[in-house]
Amino acid sequence: MAVADGAKLHLPENVVVSRLDELANWCRKNSLWPMPFATACCGIELMATGASKHDLARFGAEVFRFSPRQCDLMIVAGRVVMKMLPVLQRIWLQMHEPKWCISMGACASTGGVFDTYAVVQGIDRFIPVDMYVPGCPPRPEQLIQAIIDLQDKIQREGTITGREFDTASRQARKRALVEIIDPMGLDASRNPVLQRELAANAESFVAGS
Amino acid sequence: MPFTPPPVDDVLAALTDRFGGIESSVFRGQTRVVVPVEQAFETLGFLKDRGFDLLVDVTCVDYLDYRDSPMQMPACGGHRYGLIYLLASTTTNQRLTLRVFVDDPRPTVPSATPLWEAANWLEREVWDLFGVRFEGHPDLRRLVMPEEFTAHPLRKDYPLQGRGERHNFPVITRENS
Repeated sequence: MAVADGAKLHLPENVVVSRLDELANWCRKNSLWPMPFATACCGIELMATGASKHDLARFGAEVFRFSPRQCDLMIVAGRVVMKMLPVLQRIWLQMHEPKWCISMGACASTGGVFDTYAVVQGIDRFIPVDMYVPGCPPRPEQLIQAIIDLQDKIQREGTITGREFDTASRQARKRALVEIIDPMGLDASRNPVLQRELAANAESFVAGS
Repeated sequence: MPFTPPPVDDVLAALTDRFGGIESSVFRGQTRVVVPVEQAFETLGFLKDRGFDLLVDVTCVDYLDYRDSPMQMPACGGHRYGLIYLLASTTTNQRLTLRVFVDDPRPTVPSATPLWEAANWLEREVWDLFGVRFEGHPDLRRLVMPEEFTAHPLRKDYPLQGRGERHNFPVITRENS
């Protein structure tokens, strides 16, 4: 239906005109599925936020899932130590696009009072963060405010086709990163960093033999 | 009522018989003995045969720049690392603390794993955090710090905020995730 310049378009009642991108963002912001990465007392407040008194379901974000494949909002609640950070990064990479991250509390955002050798001084050094929640621990109201603000942010960006994510170079970078992050772990044969360390410290590691 | 362990006079007498002069002291009803590192394993085995069948803990103190160091018992006697073995007897309820002092550059003590399986992870933790080697340990790897960590962070000359290990991770951005 072509509309001439200056002409008025008369819509029936209960009809709203919008862009499809707006519709996609509207759906996304009202059905956030959080991944609870709760490592400390902030996790208790996170649970309280999901419980009946504060009722996160009012904002469509009550469906906590413990599999990153089913989540699109990571809530990091608590301090993250050196041994946990590779796990955090891996879980973040395993989550599907579009995804968001809330850094909940002083420790996740800055390391808090734990300015020691093993505690990461803010997760935003190593993974992207959309919202920071101050507090030690924050009240559930503060977390809900962060989710409301995040909803505004989600409404302002994103496309229904997700074309902002879908480039070959982006996918290639992502796979390259997985190779680095990968098990940071116990399988030294697949971890060049660990192999170097083991070689440098061979004497230490076999002490006593 | 706090638990007061039974006295260990018989054990001290037996230790003196077996090893000659044994340095010991009592603090709030708890008895400590100090043995030189060469005698450590033999003493531990002797105590185990005397009924100390439970190894409660193995831990360590770094006395570098300790207040009045060097000083007498109960501190370090001029040594740097003070290992602490907490022993208990499940039959007599006796308790005994055994201390062994070692020094740089290669602090080494014999492992207690042949006597108590419980020593395995305890000694791994001490190795991890203090860098004291346990000779004869079957699997002396780090226990709590990440495997790629190279320092021993509970040593007093290790800076509280580390040497940058906590910042040594790949950075994930929006573009590559």
